[in-house]
Amino acid sequence: MTDATGPDQVTGATPDNAIRNADRADNGPVLAADGTPLKRSLNRALRREKTRALLLIAPLLLFILITFIAPIADMLFRSVENAIVEDTLPATVEALDEWDSATEELPSPDVFRALFFDLFVAAEAKEHTQLGTRLNYEQTGISSTFRSTGRGLDDIGELYQDVFEDQNELWEEADFWYAMMNAGDGAAAGDLLAAERARMAALTDEPKDGEIGFAPSATIASILPRTTREYTAFAILTALVEEDVVAEEEPWEAVFAALGLDLQDQSLRAGIEGYSGPGAAELQAALANVDSLPVVDYRAAFIEEDDDWGDPEVWRTLQTYSDRYTMGYFLNSIDLQLTPDGIQSRPEDEQIYILLFQRTLIMSMAITLSCILLGYPIAFLLANLPLRTANVLMILVLLPFWTSLLVRTSAWKVLLQQQGVINDILVWIGLVDDANRLVMINNQTGTIIAMTHILLPFMILPLYSVMKTIPPAYVRAAKSLGATDWTAFWRVYFPNSVPGIGAGSILVFILAIGYYITPELVGGTTGVFISNRIAYHISSSLNWGLAAALGSILLAAVLILYWTYDRIVGIDNVKLGG
Amino acid sequence: MKLTTSLLATTALAVSAGGAFAGGHMADEMTLVSWGGAYQESQQRAYVEPYLEMNPGVTAVWDSSSNEAVAKLRAMAEAGNVTWDVVDVVASDAIRLCDEGLAMEIDHDEMLAQGDDGSDASDDFGDLLVSDCFIPQIVYSTTAGYRSDLLPEGAPKPDSICAFFDTETYPGQRSLERRPINNMEWALYCDGVAKEDIYDVLETEEGQDRAFAKLDTIKDSVVWWSAGADTPQLLADGEVIMGTTYNGRLFSVIEEQNQPVEMLWDMQVFDLDGWIIPADLPEDRLARAMDFVRFATDTQRLADQAKYISYGPARASSAPLVGQHADLGIEMAPHMPTDPANATNTLLYNYEWWADYRDDLDAKFQAWLAQ
Repeated sequence: MTDATGPDQVTGATPDNAIRNADRADNGPVLAADGTPLKRSLNRALRREKTRALLLIAPLLLFILITFIAPIADMLFRSVENAIVEDTLPATVEALDEWDSATEELPSPDVFRALFFDLFVAAEAKEHTQLGTRLNYEQTGISSTFRSTGRGLDDIGELYQDVFEDQNELWEEADFWYAMMNAGDGAAAGDLLAAERARMAALTDEPKDGEIGFAPSATIASILPRTTREYTAFAILTALVEEDVVAEEEPWEAVFAALGLDLQDQSLRAGIEGYSGPGAAELQAALANVDSLPVVDYRAAFIEEDDDWGDPEVWRTLQTYSDRYTMGYFLNSIDLQLTPDGIQSRPEDEQIYILLFQRTLIMSMAITLSCILLGYPIAFLLANLPLRTANVLMILVLLPFWTSLLVRTSAWKVLLQQQGVINDILVWIGLVDDANRLVMINNQTGTIIAMTHILLPFMILPLYSVMKTIPPAYVRAAKSLGATDWTAFWRVYFPNSVPGIGAGSILVFILAIGYYITPELVGGTTGVFISNRIAYHISSSLNWGLAAALGSILLAAVLILYWTYDRIVGIDNVKLGG
Repeated sequence: MKLTTSLLATTALAVSAGGAFAGGHMADEMTLVSWGGAYQESQQRAYVEPYLEMNPGVTAVWDSSSNEAVAKLRAMAEAGNVTWDVVDVVASDAIRLCDEGLAMEIDHDEMLAQGDDGSDASDDFGDLLVSDCFIPQIVYSTTAGYRSDLLPEGAPKPDSICAFFDTETYPGQRSLERRPINNMEWALYCDGVAKEDIYDVLETEEGQDRAFAKLDTIKDSVVWWSAGADTPQLLADGEVIMGTTYNGRLFSVIEEQNQPVEMLWDMQVFDLDGWIIPADLPEDRLARAMDFVRFATDTQRLADQAKYISYGPARASSAPLVGQHADLGIEMAPHMPTDPANATNTLLYNYEWWADYRDDLDAKFQAWLAQ
């Protein structure tokens, strides 16, 4: 990698150089044997060559793309993705748009009504608790608000349902409903059906294109818009998720609520009175009795289900996080937070990530440094011993490499703990007082010691392979010219081994920065890394968005360091082998 | 609407219960997920071996991934390829899996066996059915143990969890779990908050500060553990004089390894562990999973598990059947967390409360630890 010698120095002309030469020629185009300009003919040959090379690496490239790059990109994308709020509560988000979050007033009853219908469908699809979990990351307590409200929504719908069913038992009949709502031979409201399919698909994250055995009637959709919308949603979920027959299932409570609202809507009155399709008599009877229908105060009903709905803070959170993409996770990962008033720093007692990032970087550097200090003499020894001895020693270096990580880490626990081997020996020879045994584990010292041990082979191996290629004659020549041992080493040998240090450092540093098992086991509270939090958010708290944001920052930090390293040391000065 | 459909479903299930689940079309292989170690071994001996004996031709494969079950199940569901059939999780994870729609909802009375006293499953399990998706299996507790031989001279044997906060009488290191759950409750309790007010206090900013202030008093003498095996090891090595962990782990330190450790049952926190079935399994695998779970959670099987590990069976009807340890031959009842003598002062893990406050308090707890 070090010298940028082109192949032509060895083998003569290459197509690349030939093109350049052809360019340089002033006296007209140079022609190839078949009469085409040499440049074009060479370009064609080169292109064929490149295509062949590309085809050869294509399987590997595709493999890496599909199994490595794509999943990582997908995971990192979650750090900004926030579609769940809008997908779960589309109408609420739209209605909430007009609410001024600066006021202490609650959103209008319309917002609460939109929330009722959104949340009802979400609860039927069992998606509302996921949204609760998502918003709970931003405001404590929302999780249970959604869960408990999800249980109580039926009650609100039943206020209407009971009135209808008391009036006429036909309202309890699934087939009566189906006959009324279904288009049958008449015109179907195709747009509405498509829109509802799209809404349910967004809600459940699954396509909803299957046959549902139902199409909303265009007539009924125009006179009972809310009811048709809810019934269509009901039909889609019943047919495609529950896998039941729509005509045999009594509609949700929310459909009754929607019907109640449609009947109470003065602007729809004329339409219903003029309707003559299936269920017309019952509808008109219900319309005549419209005064018996309850006038539900959705705001009060929600606050009765859970007090938190009366807290403007909940609504502010909902509004702040209603965009499809959010900076929220990234802000959280640098101890900031997104609030309705803009970006603010998190409360002091919750700030942790910047500290962890700093600690991870500093400790990884410390580990790299101690690996250099310990690894260099060993590699030097290995490179200068006779091959037979060196090979035996090499096995000793590699042996820990083949031992389980957990075993090695646990061994350090036995050695380092306060009742451990090292402390026992120190107490026994009288160096340390029994009452004041050294604390060498469950802190930063423990992490640095254990990780230096684990990562040492990654330093020794590149160092060794570089040192192997330094001709002993160099040092001998230096000495014969009068250099002392130290000067010969420092001025001649060491500069030649720097590429090995570079390679070892990059390997060790990048491995160290992402380690989490060892710090988790021996790091205590002060020796844990940012990767421990990433692992926690992936597997315990399930806050994958935050984990992805933390991971993206870590990745960016590594790339920036790599770039800096390239600028200062030069990546050409890295050697993994002879 | 709910009533009629569930009635219909009930009759349909009742009719099919004898046929579809018992005979019908069932997969021949099932993948069971558990925690590994002695616990998985107890399940293997109490449930799986007898089940395979009854059903020759069926094979069961274990995957010891329960500690990451939620994350893995979520990843599997997103990839559309769930390879697990029955998964052992703690109750809080079951609630989250249910919330996320990753676990199947269970009709306990229909899908599970009746108690041997004829009681319905839902009555037999009682309050332990903390989630619609959860099939309880054992009651375990996070509790404390101490080294009886390392107590300072003249110090009385600790009989309260507050001994953890009394560094004057009991100097030395103690081990606590590296998470806010349980520790915050104990801290407030030992700071004088009545047991029934703990969560009300912990909900407030001041209450949380108060708990942290109490923990501050012992922060320098705590070794924080993250794996259940840590405390038994630390106790055995004499690294700590007292520590918390799961009661089964302490049982094995005391009875199987004969270490000079004693139980401190005071304020033990009950928690549940049980099965869930992943949502949307193919029909044949679902039938097999249901058949297995129905067998593995009947009265006798749950009582059998207590022969191998000291966790309490989740069914009330199993309690009288708990006998002796299969290898040690000692009576298991006195080692159960639910034994009346051990359960004089207990706390039940508040799932709903922690589902709300976990993210927030965890951030605070980690920040507090890192300071």
